[in-house]
Amino acid sequence: MLELRGITKRFPGVLANDNVDLRVEGGELVALLGENGAGKSTLMNILYGLYTADHGEILVDGEPLVLGSPAESIAAGIGMVHQHFMLVPVFSVAENVILGVEPTGTGGWINRRQAARSVREISERYGLEVDPNAIIEDLPVGLQQRVEIIKVLFREARFLVLDEPTAVLTPQEVDELIAIITSLKQTGKGIIFISHKLKEALEIADRIVVMRAGKTVGEVLPADTDENQLAAMMVGRPVELVVHKDKAQPKEPVLEIRDLTVLDDRNTIAVKGVSMTVRAGEIVGIAGVQGNGQSELVEAITGLRTPLAGEILLAGDNVTLASPREIHRRRVAHVPEDRQRSGLVLNFTVAENMILDSYYSPPFSRGVVMDWDAAHDQAEHLVEQYDVRTPSVDVDLSTLSGGNQQKVIAAREFNRDVQLVIASQPTRGIDVGSIEYIHSRIVAERDEGAAVLIVSSELDEVMALSDRVLVIFDGKIVGEFDPKVTTNAEIGLYMLGSGAVHETDGADLARTVE
Amino acid sequence: MNAPMTEDVNKPPDDDRDPPVKGVMDRITGIGSRAWEALLVPALALLTALIIGGIIIAISDVDLLKLWREDPGEAFSETIALVGRSYQALFEGSVGSTNAISETLFAATPLILAGLAVAVGFQAGLFNIGGEGQMLIGGMVGLYIGFTLDVPSIVHIPLALIGAVIGGGFWGGIAGLLKARTGAHEVITTIMLNFIALFLVDYLLKSSVFQQPGRRDPISKSLNATAQLPRIFGSSYRVSLGFLVALGAAAFVYWLLFKSSIGFEFRAVGYNPDAAKYAGMNVVWLYVAVMGVAGALAGIAGANQIMGLPPYQGSSGFSGQIGFDAIALALLGRSHPIGVVWAGLLFGALTAGGRQLQGAERIPIDLVVVIQALIIVFIAAPALVRSIYRIKGGDETGEQLTRGWAS
Repeated sequence: MLELRGITKRFPGVLANDNVDLRVEGGELVALLGENGAGKSTLMNILYGLYTADHGEILVDGEPLVLGSPAESIAAGIGMVHQHFMLVPVFSVAENVILGVEPTGTGGWINRRQAARSVREISERYGLEVDPNAIIEDLPVGLQQRVEIIKVLFREARFLVLDEPTAVLTPQEVDELIAIITSLKQTGKGIIFISHKLKEALEIADRIVVMRAGKTVGEVLPADTDENQLAAMMVGRPVELVVHKDKAQPKEPVLEIRDLTVLDDRNTIAVKGVSMTVRAGEIVGIAGVQGNGQSELVEAITGLRTPLAGEILLAGDNVTLASPREIHRRRVAHVPEDRQRSGLVLNFTVAENMILDSYYSPPFSRGVVMDWDAAHDQAEHLVEQYDVRTPSVDVDLSTLSGGNQQKVIAAREFNRDVQLVIASQPTRGIDVGSIEYIHSRIVAERDEGAAVLIVSSELDEVMALSDRVLVIFDGKIVGEFDPKVTTNAEIGLYMLGSGAVHETDGADLARTVE
Repeated sequence: MNAPMTEDVNKPPDDDRDPPVKGVMDRITGIGSRAWEALLVPALALLTALIIGGIIIAISDVDLLKLWREDPGEAFSETIALVGRSYQALFEGSVGSTNAISETLFAATPLILAGLAVAVGFQAGLFNIGGEGQMLIGGMVGLYIGFTLDVPSIVHIPLALIGAVIGGGFWGGIAGLLKARTGAHEVITTIMLNFIALFLVDYLLKSSVFQQPGRRDPISKSLNATAQLPRIFGSSYRVSLGFLVALGAAAFVYWLLFKSSIGFEFRAVGYNPDAAKYAGMNVVWLYVAVMGVAGALAGIAGANQIMGLPPYQGSSGFSGQIGFDAIALALLGRSHPIGVVWAGLLFGALTAGGRQLQGAERIPIDLVVVIQALIIVFIAAPALVRSIYRIKGGDETGEQLTRGWAS
């Protein structure tokens, strides 16, 4: 049994963990729920020895653990699968697994054959199928995660911490992961599963512990609770989990795409002759497994990638070759897929990020002279309006939690008067309270008359938000659905390319599934 | 423990990354809410470097080493005295008299200008090693204007400096253009452009356009008196108008980086080119602009090497490695214009004091360079200083002095 008792950790200005207790037994899965910033990761970093607690103790089978030493934690059988994988991309699976604990023979040579054998053994025992000789960078994210799990098992962990393991996975990969976790449980491993996805926690946990603002605020059994109650515990107030929206009132077409063909970075065709229309006052969702051309499609629309062929019309004007600045000027809001990579400058302050794409025009600059007072006022105003939790608008954006970073983008993009909103993965990796807010903003944009295009690999999100759902597979739109009369399973089939493939064309797309 | 926090008072911590102490120093200003620590660490770095420098001075004296075997007590006091005298000389030579201060400012002038050229690049994520070449080309244009035109000083000096700005800016811009158009890494292209400039200057200095009549070596004609930078503390002190130009350039760079939309773009592209592109910035043009501005600043440094000191002539390699020293200086100044000014003054003081040290104690000038290098090592590695003096806090993720070395 693994037990954390009275863990307290203070960082300058914040009490990250306040007298937290947590217990997990062998063969048990405890879901640790909480919003970003609730103190989950701090707690786990203390468990793993990356941070030292100010107070409290950790017991493994009743034996106190030396705190603040990852080596001790590993020796005590604690293993951690981080949200961001700690793998060497150019090494093979086996090499990554043995990294740091290499089986060496005489003369210090690494015994690769033995390494591969160990990997295979673990793979078989827990149903973690992966080729020991594959190179990490060639593997999809789901398999990379498996390698992380194998790494932990190779070090003979008895208690596994999985930090938001499903955040980066496709729905299929999530199912596979859940199967793996179940088999781990059966072999007696204790699992702490960190998440902010309520459904998942309810589905797989034996016990659910909820943290808020550094404290454990409750411990419940999945059978005794539901999503609403959990969300309220996490956020501290009742949360709307369903998107409330009236029936769409589509008006004139705002975005029209005709036979668009786009290359990806490797110069292979990623978008294969897509045609679609998004009208003012409607939300169109694009569902698809990551890597089926949706990123390239969005980049082409927003001017970040030049299409190979086809046309993009914005309010009737041809903008196929327009620059990102030109698209921005034409009142298009863009919430990019990967906020940290392209939507934000983490080393800039909140205020600087709030004007990142409008800095060049009044009131933020006149000529080339910046008006930082105007930028400040704007940022203060937006921080308040969008409830961005930040000590001030002058701190680096990197100090904000993921959800708050996303709110900065939402505030910046939705604040303007726009005719088209393009949002990719608008709620990826953010917590319930923020999701509710961002969803309501997106619906509000629609009701104010904007055309909205949502791209998400979270099928639930696409289904909840959209008035129409298009499914993209292998660079083509393979079906159009009305989310009110279609099931997730049906769309899931199309996302995997096994629906009745029907290439749609033009604005008047017919429903293809009967 | 303290009272439990409430959501209203304390913003929730960000538990997905390191504790929220990351920050101000990393923002390269070195000034702000943690000003105390920002000054403490460099001060301790300086102290540590001087202590180690003292040890090196002591063990490089052969007679003193012999004395240790014969009379350790005597040797100890001799050592203290030697190190004391050495640093006294260093101090006196740099700030001990009006002339010493003048010499410090005089030496600091081109260092500040070239340091700014490197710092602007760092701010935009570019590693400008081309200060030497940009100085040479800028200097040559200034030189040409300086000996050809016959106009009053008030016109002549600005014209020559503008020429240097254009020349250096052009040379820097080439590297920017190559990066923007072909993706050629600026480290490679600026190094190569340094060689091209070096030998181009040698060639030009021997051409009839530039060469001093009657000379066969690469020495240029002398500037007209109207193009010589006037001395600001009177004719007996060497510090010239160039120093004020350098301060003005630092102020301009500060304005450009932090008060203008161009600087906003420079810094955005430096931190995150993808986000800059997303925000509609023209990343290709920005690379050219950044290198152009950097080259222009180095160009002024080059012109100062000719217009600011006798014999007011161009000679082979007149940039004098300052373009390379500028890299260390920009690092020391954390790529911030104000930091660069302070770092330039420190380097200037070490240079001026070093001459005195060499003269008074017959300590080789190389040792001064060693001490300079020690200071840079300690300042560039604040974690090292912190661990030596057990200063807690700071940025646990390690500080970034520069960005984009490999971009």
